Amino acid sequence: MTNHWIDIRNSDCILIMGSNAASNHPISFKYVTEAMGRGAKLISVDPRFTQTSSKADIYASLRSGTDIAFLGGMIKYLLDNNLIQKEYVVNYTNASFLVNPKFKLPGDNKGVFSGLTDGKYDKSTWSFQKDASGVVKKDKSLKNPNCVYQLLKKHYSRYTPDLVSRITGTPKNKLLEVYKEYTKTGKVGKAGTIMYAMGWTQHTVGTQNIRTMAMIQLLLGNMGVAGGGVNALRGESNVQGSTDHCLLFHIIPGYLKTPKESLPTLKAYNAKYTPTTKEPKSLNWWKNYAKYSASLMRAHYGTNATLEEAYSYFPKLEDGKNYSWLTIFDKMYKGDFTGFFAWGQNPACSGASSNKTREAMSKVDWMVNVNLFDNETGSFWKGPGMDPKKIKTEVFMLPCAGPIEKEGSITNSGRWMQWRYKAVNAPGVALPDSDIVTELFYKVKELYEKKGGPLKEAITKMTWDYGPMGANGKIKHVDTNMVAKEINGYFLEDKTVKGKLFKKGTLVPSFAYLQDDGSTSSGNWLYCNSYTEKGNMAARRGPKDTSGIGLYSDWAWCWPVNRRIIYNGASVDMKGNPWDKEHPVIKWNGSKWTGDIPDGVPAPGSGRPPFIMKPHGVGSIFGPGRADGPFSEHYEPLECPVEKNLMSPQMVNPAVTRWDKVGTGTNVDARATCDPRFPFVCSTYRVSEHWQTGVMTRWCPWLAEMQPEMFVEMSKELARMKGIKNGERAIVKSIRGEVEAVAIVTGRFKPFKLNGNVVHQVGIPWHFGWVTTAMRKYVQGDKKPEVFTSGDAANLLTPFIGDANTMIPESKAFMVNVEKKGVK
Amino acid sequence: MKVTRRGFLKISGVALVASGIGISLKPVSAHAQPLKIKYAKETTTICPYCAVGCGIIVATRKGKVINTEGDPDHPINRGSLCTKGGSIYQLSVNKNRLDRPLYRAPYSSEWKAVSWDWAVDRIAKNVKRSRDKSFEKRNAKGQVVNRTDGIASVGSAAMDNEECFVYQKFLRGLGLTYIEHQARI
Repeated sequence: MTNHWIDIRNSDCILIMGSNAASNHPISFKYVTEAMGRGAKLISVDPRFTQTSSKADIYASLRSGTDIAFLGGMIKYLLDNNLIQKEYVVNYTNASFLVNPKFKLPGDNKGVFSGLTDGKYDKSTWSFQKDASGVVKKDKSLKNPNCVYQLLKKHYSRYTPDLVSRITGTPKNKLLEVYKEYTKTGKVGKAGTIMYAMGWTQHTVGTQNIRTMAMIQLLLGNMGVAGGGVNALRGESNVQGSTDHCLLFHIIPGYLKTPKESLPTLKAYNAKYTPTTKEPKSLNWWKNYAKYSASLMRAHYGTNATLEEAYSYFPKLEDGKNYSWLTIFDKMYKGDFTGFFAWGQNPACSGASSNKTREAMSKVDWMVNVNLFDNETGSFWKGPGMDPKKIKTEVFMLPCAGPIEKEGSITNSGRWMQWRYKAVNAPGVALPDSDIVTELFYKVKELYEKKGGPLKEAITKMTWDYGPMGANGKIKHVDTNMVAKEINGYFLEDKTVKGKLFKKGTLVPSFAYLQDDGSTSSGNWLYCNSYTEKGNMAARRGPKDTSGIGLYSDWAWCWPVNRRIIYNGASVDMKGNPWDKEHPVIKWNGSKWTGDIPDGVPAPGSGRPPFIMKPHGVGSIFGPGRADGPFSEHYEPLECPVEKNLMSPQMVNPAVTRWDKVGTGTNVDARATCDPRFPFVCSTYRVSEHWQTGVMTRWCPWLAEMQPEMFVEMSKELARMKGIKNGERAIVKSIRGEVEAVAIVTGRFKPFKLNGNVVHQVGIPWHFGWVTTAMRKYVQGDKKPEVFTSGDAANLLTPFIGDANTMIPESKAFMVNVEKKGVK
Repeated sequence: MKVTRRGFLKISGVALVASGIGISLKPVSAHAQPLKIKYAKETTTICPYCAVGCGIIVATRKGKVINTEGDPDHPINRGSLCTKGGSIYQLSVNKNRLDRPLYRAPYSSEWKAVSWDWAVDRIAKNVKRSRDKSFEKRNAKGQVVNRTDGIASVGSAAMDNEECFVYQKFLRGLGLTYIEHQARI
């Protein structure tokens, strides 16, 4: 979230699309309701009439996977009717930038942007024109045909309400009603917000779904202001923090890039990733990159290695190669790994095409699964269709401490880092994850010290100062306060910064003090300021809100530097006056800013552009950084019910990796689009009573009792057509697998009319798995649930395909068939 | 006597019938009951389910959780919780929690309980074997790569920040490149 949960109350119009917040983030609705009480409008756009829709002023349905068409129509509407926040758009976005005249839009280029060859874009034409001194050329009148604004207008002119309606299945009057209501927030002083979740990310065009909305937010001047922003409703208590600490292949803590093999030295690495700009007034915050990378090297290796040595110890990725989730399971399926950690996760149910994922686990020599409860991953070898006698995998299932059995912090969707305390001991001999990691680290280190091995220094020289040392030179239990301090960072020598002397060993007050010469450490520059000489900021419980807009700046801590609304420099006009006088985020009192921590904002009138993390300082309406286009374009899901993309001759996002062509060649990668065997669109979703794959809820009797069974929700029309009655058992089948489910027949799904055809959509929750069912075999020593659930993973059905930028699987739009159980 | 939840409902149902006047006595008995959390120790926590970040108060007595409830001082949830947040008592007080390391040998059909020492020792040996076998110092072009492509890791958004940090540190020290977790799916 650029903003935070409480801030939703400041909004004038709330669009919830790609999320069912009322059901899946129930407490967020407190603030939706509060805003509505002040007169704000709520719009719900969803294939299904959800709990959220039932509270909305306007509900519009759309077929899964057509969000870009829907939102592209909104861009056309707001440009045609001149509803943009002009001063904002001209000064705070790249709308005025002149683009390379060789750049081509999909409308003039058979549905793709210029530069496509073999599923990859050469982005050389996605560039800006520059003058002799290297500054981007602009036309502040926005009239030049090559300026971003005019290209935008031309591009989305194709997204007419008629065409959009034929693609999305949304009635035209509903489209216009939504467009009209939401674009009212373009008025100065009005704010609109978007609440989205996996309904937007889990598509082959997931990143562009969100980008389209980000463009709308920039055009309406909704970024940086109270009640605005682009707000991802993240689904796990610390998925924000785990992303910030980069348990991902392509980034290392603080969103630094993972080193690549073409960058042999830290110097070369920093040179490659430190952006430059000729824009005279731009702050270009990432110019500090080398300070953050050096401090991270120090957090890993301290002074046991030079900065260059530490950099050399970091693994280097092959240039251009993707190491993400789908790649892992494809390679595992092909036998490319010998070892596998599934730590605090249940990929046997959570990964796309579960039959493939489960089969893949039988190809590794050993697997470590750390969890609170037995689950489908740790026990995969005795799951449906598996013969343990034929499975070689050596499996370790390790018990870990639960959330109230250890101390540490988690970061919520609004970037609030909040401290949790230990209330009780973990059951039996279960240990906190940090202790398990530490035990393994010590043992592996000991083996390398005794027996040697390739580049053993990368392990043996690593620092691990997380608590008082015993006589054996090891710590007994990790003190997570010590880890939190390492993440914040220390001065490693006496150092004078900004005229102040900091003694060796003191905590760094904020990332503005980090150094590139090795004199500071910081495990994550974004968290520098979270644990300082003033104490553990995440543990603060200051109850007062002095801002008047619900910032609660003394409660816990928020990255970066306790700034609650990021890009808040855009909440004031060029003269420094808040656009919204009633809800100012920052305000100049004559000598300094008051309110939120200003986002790199100097005194009013300086002319510094507000988006300081972008080299040019402005929001990217034209975004050449993406893999699949600087603007968004509607493409159909990999599996869809229509034979043609009505927008262009290009059916599917051309930049996605096509596993159905390059994968295993077996049914686990198969695709069935416009296939009469699988005529219905299917989407996965969640219910309030369960969480993710259900490992942390299916074993809780209260929750299992409330939602005990896998179900498939369908319209009355479809149920009638298939002869299925409410409550009967049904089989949902895709080309990759099938699940049994109870049929829930409701009026919440309605058939779509698409270009004259009737198309049905069904929905299935994804929280279930075979481990907690009644029918499986329980043997001596097996844990047996107090309340059984039924059904297996929804992901048995989902396609093995990911978004062009993120590789997040397309679990929200694929094709299935539904039959009454027993009917062939 | 051990009483399961369902068993308890049965028993209390019988008791109600036997007394015949369950309702009229209720206010009196409720009034006389001591506060459930009397003499309990309170600690605060944040809900482990979705990412709204609601505050919860955990009441414990003699090392056991006796109650969990929404934290009324927490500015986001102000004491309210959803169904999941309201049930975290059962995450801790749950006889089905894993409480010791389990081991499944190749081609075996069952789990075997093992000690931490044994499990950690054996995992560490596996890690070293896989790492040493797949470790690549230089690629075909002669560039330094220092990576271990024979081991993959997924997880975890369910861990604390500090745990995520030390886990990624450990994995990157081993040279892993295939590091992923929930944020990718």
